Amino acid sequence: MPIGSVPPKYKVTIDNDLCMLCERCIENCPYGTFRREGNKIMTFSRACTGCHRCVAMCPRDAIDIEEKPVDYRTHPVWTREAREAIYNQAQSGKIILTGMGNTLNVPPIFDRLLLDACQVTNPSIDPLREPMELRTYIGKKPRQISVKKTAEGDIDLATQLAPNLKCETPIMIGHMSYGAISLNAQRSMARGAAEEGTFMGTGEGGLHKSLYPYQDNMIVQIASGRFGVDIDYLERGAAIEIKIGQGAKPGIGGHLPGEKVDEKVSKTRMIPLYSDAISPAPHHDIYSIEDLSQLVRSLKEATEWKKPVFVKIAAVHNVAAIAAGIARSSADAVVIDGFRGGTGSAPRVFRDHVGIPIEAAIAAVDQKLNKQGIRNEVSIIASGGIRDSADVTKAIALGADSVYIGTAALVSLGCRVCGSCYRNMCPWGIATQREDLTARIDPDIMYKNVSNLIHGWTLEIAELMGAAGINSIESLRGNRDRLRGYMLDENILSVLDVKTVGAGAE
Amino acid sequence: MCGIISVIDRKKNPMDGSAIKESLSIMNERGNGEGSGYAVYGAFPEFADYYAIHVFYDDLIGPKTAVEEELEKLGTVKHQEEIPTFEQPNLKKRHIPWRYFFKPNVMALGTSVSEEDILVYLMTKVNTTIPGALIYSTGKNIAVFKAAGWPEEVADFYRIQDYEGYIWLSHNRYPTNTAGWWGGAHPFNLLDWTVVHNGEITSYGTNKRYLESFGYVCTMHTDTEVVAYLTDLLQRQHNLPAELAFKALAPPFWDDIDRMPEKERTFNTALRMAYGPAMMNGPFAIVVANSEGIAGITDRIKLRPLVAAEAGDRLYLSSEEAAIRVAEPALDRVWMPRAGEPVIGRIE
Ligand code: SF4
Ligand code: SF4
Repeated sequence: MPIGSVPPKYKVTIDNDLCMLCERCIENCPYGTFRREGNKIMTFSRACTGCHRCVAMCPRDAIDIEEKPVDYRTHPVWTREAREAIYNQAQSGKIILTGMGNTLNVPPIFDRLLLDACQVTNPSIDPLREPMELRTYIGKKPRQISVKKTAEGDIDLATQLAPNLKCETPIMIGHMSYGAISLNAQRSMARGAAEEGTFMGTGEGGLHKSLYPYQDNMIVQIASGRFGVDIDYLERGAAIEIKIGQGAKPGIGGHLPGEKVDEKVSKTRMIPLYSDAISPAPHHDIYSIEDLSQLVRSLKEATEWKKPVFVKIAAVHNVAAIAAGIARSSADAVVIDGFRGGTGSAPRVFRDHVGIPIEAAIAAVDQKLNKQGIRNEVSIIASGGIRDSADVTKAIALGADSVYIGTAALVSLGCRVCGSCYRNMCPWGIATQREDLTARIDPDIMYKNVSNLIHGWTLEIAELMGAAGINSIESLRGNRDRLRGYMLDENILSVLDVKTVGAGAE
Repeated sequence: MCGIISVIDRKKNPMDGSAIKESLSIMNERGNGEGSGYAVYGAFPEFADYYAIHVFYDDLIGPKTAVEEELEKLGTVKHQEEIPTFEQPNLKKRHIPWRYFFKPNVMALGTSVSEEDILVYLMTKVNTTIPGALIYSTGKNIAVFKAAGWPEEVADFYRIQDYEGYIWLSHNRYPTNTAGWWGGAHPFNLLDWTVVHNGEITSYGTNKRYLESFGYVCTMHTDTEVVAYLTDLLQRQHNLPAELAFKALAPPFWDDIDRMPEKERTFNTALRMAYGPAMMNGPFAIVVANSEGIAGITDRIKLRPLVAAEAGDRLYLSSEEAAIRVAEPALDRVWMPRAGEPVIGRIE
């Protein structure tokens, strides 16, 4: 029985008085929303994904995109999304795919945490006049430093430090693979990160040759599919990351559709042309923490113990215990990805309903590692829904060493979070491999957007630290005293280990 | 605010408490009558081999019995006494100060541990589980006197002029971020370490968590406590020489580290990487003492004052030169230490 079509989500209109028939909208919308009929541009609103490419490119501001009000009967429980998902599945019998992060209306905890500032008794520090230190070392730290006295009475360092990543800012760019996103997007981000003295993840798609110039600022990722992994790949990275899970889809693997696997992607990933790239949910050589530990150690052995090895997991209910296990597996950092993390493609039900917020995960992991007396020996990198410098600052105050940004970096390249990444038609040239579309990003120009973003946030973090009377990031890390919870219930406050607004020091 | 003054006689000649009282009192602008205190090294020569455990009791029945049960389990008490006090018009006795001279039994916890570890265990246990009892000093041959009151009042309350020693530390408090209470008055002591502090430690939350990961428990509701524990951790447990331990607490800036010759750079980088959570932020001037000497240090951008002065065998560290001159009008040398650079005076 046919259900019929669902109403369009957006309404696209053109102001014909303003339109000069340049047809840029037709060129720019890969979804075919616009066509010319005589002296008029006609629109097909149903095709629109709300990516705003046409609006951005229209020289006359003649295009209007509105979210179309629901024209179903309104209902507080049976929302538009709930009903459309059913229509969709009743027709297809398939899993519903989606892109980008969680769209459920649950307020981010970050927005309910407030930062501190000094008044009178304790001077704020002005970052324009005083040094502010945001340099962050990611990797293993010794529990203590041992020194020895030389025969001449000098003091020598007896402790050997493990390799660490030296980041000039606590902001890094997380893993988005070549395949999921375009090479031009990757190149823009890699150069932007290098410019700011920080790092970027390759994702599980291997390392394309054109990224070799930035390899000292890249963290190479190994996922269950092992795409693009060989000894050369390992040796090129500044660090190696094993991906166990991802915030947008905890517990399941990855799937890059065959149509995105063009020649360059297939070479970089080391897989046949146009074949689906499937990374299974588990790594088939990791069924226990001991197995993980072996993989960590073999990767270190393969690279002569010169590179830190990170392990990335999704923030799930028991994240603290899992992270503690990872911390003891010889890994140098635990990456935790919260349930707001973005993705190129994930089943909607996972993206919206599995996992926990990164804020709670950071606090729980930091607390657990601290209780076990090993917090300072391993780094915590937090990701999944970091939107601005305040989120970064709060994440660090909750206990992270640094953060990965993903969506935010894409937004700096133009992404409008339309959520259609899985369709390979990203009009901004990001989540696509179609050459006409990827050509929309010139990495030699767009890298500046990425570096500007990181730079701007870094300045803001310095200001926030200065206001709190702190001039070095080490003193912000895990400093929950500098946070207060606003409109958070007692249970969340206790997991976060943060006092409520209005509460003073002890 | 807050005023601190400390003095060491490097030849260990004893000094009584009258001069330090005068010095501290001249800085009354820096206090508000809510907390003052004194510490003296060399106070109990007749019990020099015993740990002098100082306790504030709220009453002498429940809490005292409970503390003594713990003491009995952990070692032997050689002598105990109520610390003599003399009520002042404005200083009413809020707690009953008591002291024990105690020898720990290193096997008391089942396996052999150090005497110091037993003392840390005892202090944590009492302060976290016995209401109405607070151990505020545990050092050998060290006396600590503190209360909520002005410097003169607290000095007269305990008659500190009757005590003698070769190191004195004192503190006049202007509490801003926490309540003025007896336990929160300085000096803070743990074993051989005593600390007085002027300032606010904005990294308190980080420092506290770091210390907790090594088993320390902060119970005094004040940021200064962490300095005593950090010093104990770095110098006693991790065996770092004093200069390095202070460098960890107030390290050079990365820009300066980057410009150092290679060996020094590696050293300083390692120190900062390993002890990042121990570094102290915010405005502070602190003096830390142990039986070997005293050390004064300020924060890395010197947001709080610290003056050093020498007169013969004596080294003074204070918030104000005027306070030093009250005790010693003729000084050989007076100088302002640079930010983050410790001034250390050791016994000879
Ligand atoms: S999909 Fe994008 S480019 Fe096409 S009409 Fe909608 S907003 Fe414009
Ligand atoms: S990457 Fe492209 S397709 Fe994905 S959300 Fe952003 S603009 Fe839309």
